[in-house]
Amino acid sequence: MCFPRAAHEVAAAVRVARRHRRPFVARGSGTGLAGGATPVDDPLVIVTTRLNRVLDVDATERVAWVEPGVLNLDLSRSVAHLGLHYAPDPSSQQACTIGGNVATNAGGPHCLAYGVTAAHVLAVETVLPDGSVTVFGGLEPDQPGFDLRGCFVGSEGTMGIATRIAVRLTPDPPTIATMLLDFMSIEAAGAAVTGIIAGGIVPAALEMMDGQITRAVEDFVGAGYPRDAEAVLLVELDGLADGVAAQVEAVTRIGREHGARTVRVAANDAERALLWKGRKSAFGAIARIAPDYYLHDAVVPRTRLVEVLKRVYEIAGTHDLTMMNVFHAGDGNLHPLIAFDRRTPGVWERVYDAGTQILETCIAVGGVLSGEHGVGLEKRDLMPLMFTPEDLAAQAWMCDAFDPDGASNPGKVLPRGSRCGEIARLNAAATA
Amino acid sequence: MTAVTTPEVSDLAAAVAGASAVVPIGAGTHREVGGPVPIGTEVRAPAGIVGYDPAELTITAGAGTTIAALSEALDSAGQMCPLDPRDEAATLGGVIATGLSGYRRLRYGPVRDAVLEVRLVTADGNLVRGGAPVVKNVTGYDLPRLLVGSLGTLAVIAQATLRCRPRPATTAWATVDAPPHFVRERIFSPSTLLWDGASTHVLLEGDARDVDVQLTAIGATGVDHGPSWPDGGHRGRISVRPGAIVDLGRALDAIDGCRWIAEGGVGTVHVATDTVDALIAARVAAHAAGGWLLREAGGHGLDGFGRDLPDREIARRLKDAFDPTGKLSPGRLPL
Repeated sequence: MCFPRAAHEVAAAVRVARRHRRPFVARGSGTGLAGGATPVDDPLVIVTTRLNRVLDVDATERVAWVEPGVLNLDLSRSVAHLGLHYAPDPSSQQACTIGGNVATNAGGPHCLAYGVTAAHVLAVETVLPDGSVTVFGGLEPDQPGFDLRGCFVGSEGTMGIATRIAVRLTPDPPTIATMLLDFMSIEAAGAAVTGIIAGGIVPAALEMMDGQITRAVEDFVGAGYPRDAEAVLLVELDGLADGVAAQVEAVTRIGREHGARTVRVAANDAERALLWKGRKSAFGAIARIAPDYYLHDAVVPRTRLVEVLKRVYEIAGTHDLTMMNVFHAGDGNLHPLIAFDRRTPGVWERVYDAGTQILETCIAVGGVLSGEHGVGLEKRDLMPLMFTPEDLAAQAWMCDAFDPDGASNPGKVLPRGSRCGEIARLNAAATA
Repeated sequence: MTAVTTPEVSDLAAAVAGASAVVPIGAGTHREVGGPVPIGTEVRAPAGIVGYDPAELTITAGAGTTIAALSEALDSAGQMCPLDPRDEAATLGGVIATGLSGYRRLRYGPVRDAVLEVRLVTADGNLVRGGAPVVKNVTGYDLPRLLVGSLGTLAVIAQATLRCRPRPATTAWATVDAPPHFVRERIFSPSTLLWDGASTHVLLEGDARDVDVQLTAIGATGVDHGPSWPDGGHRGRISVRPGAIVDLGRALDAIDGCRWIAEGGVGTVHVATDTVDALIAARVAAHAAGGWLLREAGGHGLDGFGRDLPDREIARRLKDAFDPTGKLSPGRLPL
């Protein structure tokens, strides 16, 4: 394991690993939930947390160059005085790094309107798996040839290590309205989400929490969430004053049509912050229910939310598990969360089996295995649920082009045996 | 070479598998973009809307569908995909393959951010899917992004799913006699800021009252139309750091018979000239400003890109893996 403090040290570390025929893996804060940074095949672990400087901020062009170890929230804080922020805001934003965000193409509540990490990364200085350094993308809008920057973002550390990243900064919206709507059933809340999107409104964020998690959060934070609701929606609308006002009105009407019991609009910044604190503390609040939890991350078409949610709770029921849902409803990104106690005999098998059934349910309605956490190690072997061997071969061609020897974070994303480098290594091992 | 009309994906796959050189073709509006026009069996993708549920805010269509047809379908539900090609006869496949973004990119993002799923025919005739028809997805490698701008050299795009947006209630153009960065500081989220060297042409979209407030903030009145696009026998598109466009514009003004308009905040400069020499001079100016010029039309004899592709070794490996015999759009990218 090493802790480089400069880009050239990352390159040196990669070259040392390669000289000793060892793979390498980059690691930021380790907040990823899919095991993307988990060392496999005894690699050199290159920790990027000491590469934590914001190198340059250009307020006119709205671009910042940062090192990969800069924390997501620290970046937004460092440009707040300019009326700018970095739009992708994962729930772990106090702890996760920009480098890790680039690796997973991270999302967050506000990605509904503003887009995920890939839409905010302009250029990435990268140490390639052979130890050489290049820059993918640039500050000009287009590059000749293939979009290698687009390939690299979300490649989960398997194409090299980012050492400097140019990100787009977003102006703070002049008006923000944060609303809380509560419902007496999950189905009603899900139908309201579909109704809002179908009504031509794309909120800045549209989050759902079910009754159980809402009560846990309320005990934990005291955000003023109703304890007797079966689901709440947190809706944020932003932009110019009149457009926001019209949208608040429309969301209120659509919410009521779908049975919203109360509709509350945060009166000031403090109340707004408190509502968000509740949402962002949800995972911490689980500890009040059970010592362990398994968090899933799948996306379904937004019009299928209600039926999928119903099925998800049924699966939990048949497995005798406690299931909660707190998720990015607006883009159909479910986060079913199974709370359990690992000391219960046989519980792991039930948790695993329920999780697989949930993912199969999502895929069956046209959904995907991961919306923002990535495939990593966790979902690697589930990839054939979604992709044919031909689809996976095309993905392997992409990865192999950047890392022909399979040295950068091996054993992730694609099922074993999909990549050229692996076959080469196996052959080498067989002839050694 | 004769064009093979292919109403079904399976026909397209058979046509691709059976030919030794394959040139995917849509409406031909982007035919000259980039490197030399390739020679081979022309293949066409299916046309038509495959799936559109307005409540989902996504649309799936055959790659041979024209942008005009796509817009018509979206319009019926009050939605849009602001791809904005110069000619609406362009096909979806052509827009994705060239990766040329429209003039409202400042607000709505580039083409590459709008493509959620692609269905491809590979060089050996296999059907491959990349991405998925949902608005958020990080499952596996981003094949759709790789295909955007690949100019038909990696696979033939058969079908795509795009993210849609609600159509704004009000649209207004306004002209301000100040450079784009001056305007940008004073308004929130304009759809485009087109700089012609003297004025910035602003497009505002949204709630009617908000549009009025914004117009007041920049001291302008709304009009129905934006500026006209530079036209001429030779056209190019410069990509440069957005902050460089004002100086670059002055350099372009010094070229005889060079007409241009620049996207403020983006860094795309649309150039049209009457002579190849003037287009070459525009390219020299682009390089001096730290950018590059893509040949879009005309400019015969002129190299498509004017500079080496970055990270050519990686690009070459991608090409070799996707197209081992080099049959797809041969020569169109200088790999």
